[in-house]
Formats: sequence, C-alpha cells, structure tokens
Amino acid sequence: MPLSIQEQTMLADSVGAWVARESPVTAFRRVRDAADPLGFDPAAWRSIAAMGWAGIAISEDQGGAGLGLAAAGLIVAGLGRALVASPLAATIAASAAILHGGDEAQRRLWLPSIAEGTAIASIACDEGGHHDPARLRTKAERVASGWRLSGVKPFVAEGSAATLFVVAADTGLFLVPADTQGLAREPRSMMDSRGHASVSLDVTLPADARLSDADLDTVLDGVRALAAAEMLGLADAVFAMTLDYLRVRVQFGRTIGSFQALQHRAATLFTRIELVRSCVAAALAALDARADDSRSLVSLAKAQAGDMLNLVTREAVQMHGGIGMTDEHDVGLYLKRAKMLEGAGGTSAFHRDRYARLNGY
Amino acid sequence: MASGSEGFRRASRDWLGTHFPRALAGLGPRYMSSETPPEPTPAFLAWKRAIAEKGWGVPTWPCQYGGAGLSEEEAAILAEEMAAAGAWTPIGGMGVMMFGPTLLEYGTEQQKLRHLPGIADGSIRWCQGYSEPGAGSDLASLQCRAEDKGDHFLVNGQKVWTSGAQWSDWCFALVRTDPSDKRGGISFLMIDMRSPGVTVKPIRMISGSSPFCETFFDNVEVPKDNLLGATGQGWTIGKRLLQHERGGISQMSSDVPPLHALALTHLAISDDGRLADGELRVRIARCEMEALALALTVARIQSESEEGGPPQATSILKNVGAWLAQERAELMLEILGTRGLGWEGAGFAAPELEACRQWLFSKAVSIYGGTTEIQNDIVAKRMLGLKDA
Repeated sequence: MPLSIQEQTMLADSVGAWVARESPVTAFRRVRDAADPLGFDPAAWRSIAAMGWAGIAISEDQGGAGLGLAAAGLIVAGLGRALVASPLAATIAASAAILHGGDEAQRRLWLPSIAEGTAIASIACDEGGHHDPARLRTKAERVASGWRLSGVKPFVAEGSAATLFVVAADTGLFLVPADTQGLAREPRSMMDSRGHASVSLDVTLPADARLSDADLDTVLDGVRALAAAEMLGLADAVFAMTLDYLRVRVQFGRTIGSFQALQHRAATLFTRIELVRSCVAAALAALDARADDSRSLVSLAKAQAGDMLNLVTREAVQMHGGIGMTDEHDVGLYLKRAKMLEGAGGTSAFHRDRYARLNGY
Repeated sequence: MASGSEGFRRASRDWLGTHFPRALAGLGPRYMSSETPPEPTPAFLAWKRAIAEKGWGVPTWPCQYGGAGLSEEEAAILAEEMAAAGAWTPIGGMGVMMFGPTLLEYGTEQQKLRHLPGIADGSIRWCQGYSEPGAGSDLASLQCRAEDKGDHFLVNGQKVWTSGAQWSDWCFALVRTDPSDKRGGISFLMIDMRSPGVTVKPIRMISGSSPFCETFFDNVEVPKDNLLGATGQGWTIGKRLLQHERGGISQMSSDVPPLHALALTHLAISDDGRLADGELRVRIARCEMEALALALTVARIQSESEEGGPPQATSILKNVGAWLAQERAELMLEILGTRGLGWEGAGFAAPELEACRQWLFSKAVSIYGGTTEIQNDIVAKRMLGLKDA
C-alpha cells in the first residue's frame, strides 16, 4: 500500500529531524577527516537501524517495515541532504534484491539481520570505469559443492563496510558474505570520502548461494532509483544553500539575488529539481508496483537526476564564487558526492540510450 | 469505491462505443490544435452534440452549468477510456481552459448560469483581451479605459493578440477603471463582441494564418452585470486566469503521437533496430523523456494541490511545456527534412505542411501567456523569494 501524501510528509519530516539531531553535515566532515576507510559512522548506523530504516523495504514477516522503495527513497533523499555517511542506500538496494530474487531460506537467513542493522549489504556489479552490466566478466561456474566465483569488482560502494555482497556474475547473482574465504577487499579512497573498496573474488560458494529468481536489470533498477533519490536530496540541500547565499551576499550595494541574471538561473535550477522530484517518485512507485513501465521510468529518473544535479552543483559553485571553491564551505562536499552518484548505476547517456531501446528506437 | 469506479469505467466505455464515431478516432489533434482544421463533418457535429448533452466536454463542472459533476477520479477514468477508444473532446478553447474555471471561482450565481452552459456545449466562443500595444510583458500598464457611467461601463481602447477574436462571441478583458492605481485600477469585464463599437482586424502571422487579432473598442457600452468580481479586482482575477492558461500550455502536447514513431518510418535504422542517426536519436530521447517528466510533474502537482486549482508552479510547467513544443517542432522538421519545408499546395502531404506551419507557430509558445522570462521572474520572486534591489 503506497504512503499517502500526508504519510510521506510525516516520514520526510522525521528523517529531517533525525538528520538535524544525529548527523548534520559536520558529522560527515568528522568521518571524512578521521580518514577511516570504513567511511561511515557506526553510531549513526545503529541509530538508523533503530529508526527501522534499514528494514524499510523488507517485508514485515522478515522483520522489516514493508513500506517498499517509495518510502526508502524519501529516507535516502533525506540523508542525502546532509551527506550522511551511512551504507543505507546500498543496504536497502541489496535487501530489495534478496526480497525480489531470493527463496524463502535466503530471505530468512539475511533479511532479519539486515533489518536490525547487524548485516550491511551492497550490490557488486561494475567491473571497470563504466556501468556495463551486459558485459560482466566475473565468472560463476557450477562445481560439485556449489559454485565457484572469480572476478574483480574494483569500485564497490560501501565495499569496506559491507558484511554481505550481492555479486553480479555472468550467470546470475550470488550472495557472498564478506568473510568468505577467497574474498579480498582493499579500500579505495575516492573523491566523496565514502567507504568504497575493490573486492576481488576467488571463492567457492554453497549451492544455495545463487539468487535463483533474480533478474539483474530489476536488481540494478533498485540501485539506480535510490541513487536518483539521493541525488534529489543533494540537489535540495545545495539549492537551498545557494538561495541563502543569493539572499545575503552583497555586491555593488545590493544582494546578488536581486540581479535578474542570477534570478533566472535560480528559476531554471528550481524547475529542473521539481521535474526530477516527480520522476524519482514515479520510478520508485513503479518498482514497488512491478509496473510494466518501471524500466523506462527508472531510466528517466536516473538520466534526469544526473543532468539536473550536474547543473545544480556547477551553478552552486559558480554562484558562491571563491568561497565555493574552499574546503571550508560545504558546497564542495556535495559537488564531490554528486559526481560519484552521476555514474552510479549508469550515467545520463547510458539511461537515455536504454530509454530509447526500451521504447523501440 | 473500487467497484463504483469499475462501474463508471464500464458505463463510459459503453457510452463511447455507442456515441463516438470511429471515423473520428485519433483525429483530435487535426481538429483541435491544427493551424488548418478540417471542415466539420456531420459525424463531427453529431459527436459534439452528444458529448455536450452528456456534459463530458467539461466533465468536472457542476451539472447545473452544463458539466457532468464528475469527481477528479471519474474524470481521469473517462480520459483513460477516451484515449483507449481514440476519442477526443470537440469542446475546447479559451472558454473551457481558462475563462470557465475562473468564472466558476469568481462569478456570481447569475453570471455562472448565464455564461457557463454556452461554454460547456461548445456553442459560445470566448477570446482573451489582455495584451495591448504598450502592455505586453508589463501587462499591468494596460490603458484600455472603462469609465463608470452608472448602469454601464464605457470602454475605449485597443487590445492586441486577441486569439480567435474574429470567430468569438464574447471577450474577457482586463480594463482600466482607475488611472491612478497601476494594479488596483484594473477590472475584469465580459464584453459581448457584437456590441456596437467593437472592431476586429486579424493579424497575419509568420505561419501564414491569422489566429491573432487587433481588437478596437470605440465607446462600447458594457452593462455592470458583466463585471467579474469587484471593481479593481481585475489584476487578481486576471493573474488567476493566467495560471489556468499556463497549466493548459503545459499539458498541450500530451495527445500527440511520439516522435520516435515518425522517425522510425522516415529515417535509416541500424541492424540492431536503433535509429542510425545517433545524435538525432539522443535528441528525440531527450525530448520524449522531458515530455514524460513534465506529465509526471503536472500529475504530482495536481495531486498535491489541495484546492485542485493551479498553483504558482504552473510557471515552471509553462516554461517546460514551451520548450517541449518548440523542440518537438524542431525535431519534426529534422525528421521530415526538405519534405517538412513545403508551404502549400501540390507535392506535400497534409502532415508535412502542418509540420512547417507548426514549427513557425511554435515560436509563439514561449511568448504568449507570459514569456519564458516573465515566468522565470515569477518563479524567482514569488516562489524563491528573491527580491529586487
């Protein structure tokens, strides 16, 4: 049952209140400056799990809230507003993959511990600099005791923190606990200071490790739609920050927000953000409803979010001027996270191409 | 409720099956948004009569004013069933889109009963008397005078860009009742176009047609009953009406066939089924994705808006809708190539000639209803709170 508009507002408000109390942007700065390769704050994660958000999309019979990806998107966007360093989006996407493609035993094994926050999960798909799920080289072979998996996933989001990986291989998706013998990971320090890692696999898995009913595109659509939701949260915060600056920064004896050249650019940014808000909500709702057009809508959301956030962050730096180039100001932190998310689950160009193919041209 | 709405869906499907002439299926854009609509056929006239009797031209208006009193949910079901049947409403224009909703909001009971039924059955056409030669983007500087003469107003002045004035029965106009107060001195009048002293001159546009006119008022007497709202309330009412206009523009391009279908029939296709022209393919995808994003945003804003009327966000929707209309027209010509540049006569199919005229006329969309720049001003000042110096 989708949330009503009122319930959505209540959820978004409670996320906003939590963020202000528990994890404002200063908390992200602390995580970054500590340079801990885990790339997240365990105390904040425990609090997130206690709020019930890790299990937001997990069915109630497995210990979750059963509210689906639409509700998850509101939470992920809300945390994105303050750059909360948590593996929530990755974990929710992985939980949706297990819910969608796992059998009863796999769900029972993993979903309750994900819901209570003791398991942190991430989907490991991309193998190079680009999102290209049609050409995966990670091999999964049948062996007597189950499966043999080998390959390298060089940039796994939350790869340092995850206790469970959902690994995309040439013949399907596999559940690989992080402590599996033959799994090695190395932190990768990237622009957004989050917990990315290179994960190499040379592992033997039991026969029941395969998510036998999982469709890779559906699983990835969860990742993509949640990335778009986080991007929307980033954009909301960066735009609010930029508007505040336009209202207070004085040059030539007047606030710079009184100049029409800047007013019209602000209006354009607002327009682009509002369009993405609708696309993200529609994509997440379509995934929850398993609607026929969910793929098109996810590509729409990711493509529009990518173009929008690129524009919003570039304009934000420009409108802030020199102060926007300093590490002291938050706008640069958003710019960096935005750039990571632009490519996550496919760039705008990838999704325009996919949209065209899905629609027969 | 679900069973009730299913019942309504069945009933509308049955009714459309009986009354909508199949010969008209899919011809909505040709009749309703074409530069050169076909002559009304007997089937068209019968269909118009049938839908008017049912009140489904304006399905959510109350029954006593010629509507069908449907809920938004029922109207949405009806729209789906009509789309599925290729059916379309022959009752449109400024009365339905803009003036009717404004009259419903601000009119007296007597005014509503007098004017709404003629809009609802498509028998009375309305035009918009807003812009003047000296009042375009700065609309509130309008000078067309309406002097209070006791039982009537005496109107003198000129309006311009009055769409369809040459075919209209009535005009809703912004007039100046007080020269000393720029905005508070504007009032909203309903003027009978057959009144003595009204002169209409069509303006030939770059697209070759004359959808716009100059309208002159020379000592035109307008009864006091034809004042909408109070004297001096015209700016408020007029702005509200513009929100309906902008909302309408944002929804204009919803019932047109997708560009990619046209491209697939006209252009080279690669072995893998893609359009071979990669750059054009991406532009088409951008345009179609933007159209879907706009449609989703219109739907979201409607469901979030408690009162059901158009909120200020219509300004952003208008700008996106204008960009889309123009980009679509550009892409149509690009897909058709030289075939899309024909002006008239032999050697060209009707849709090719239409594409050419549409490309020219589409330039107007970012100008009328408040230019793109004016919409950006509205967004920046009223929605984002950025102040002038």
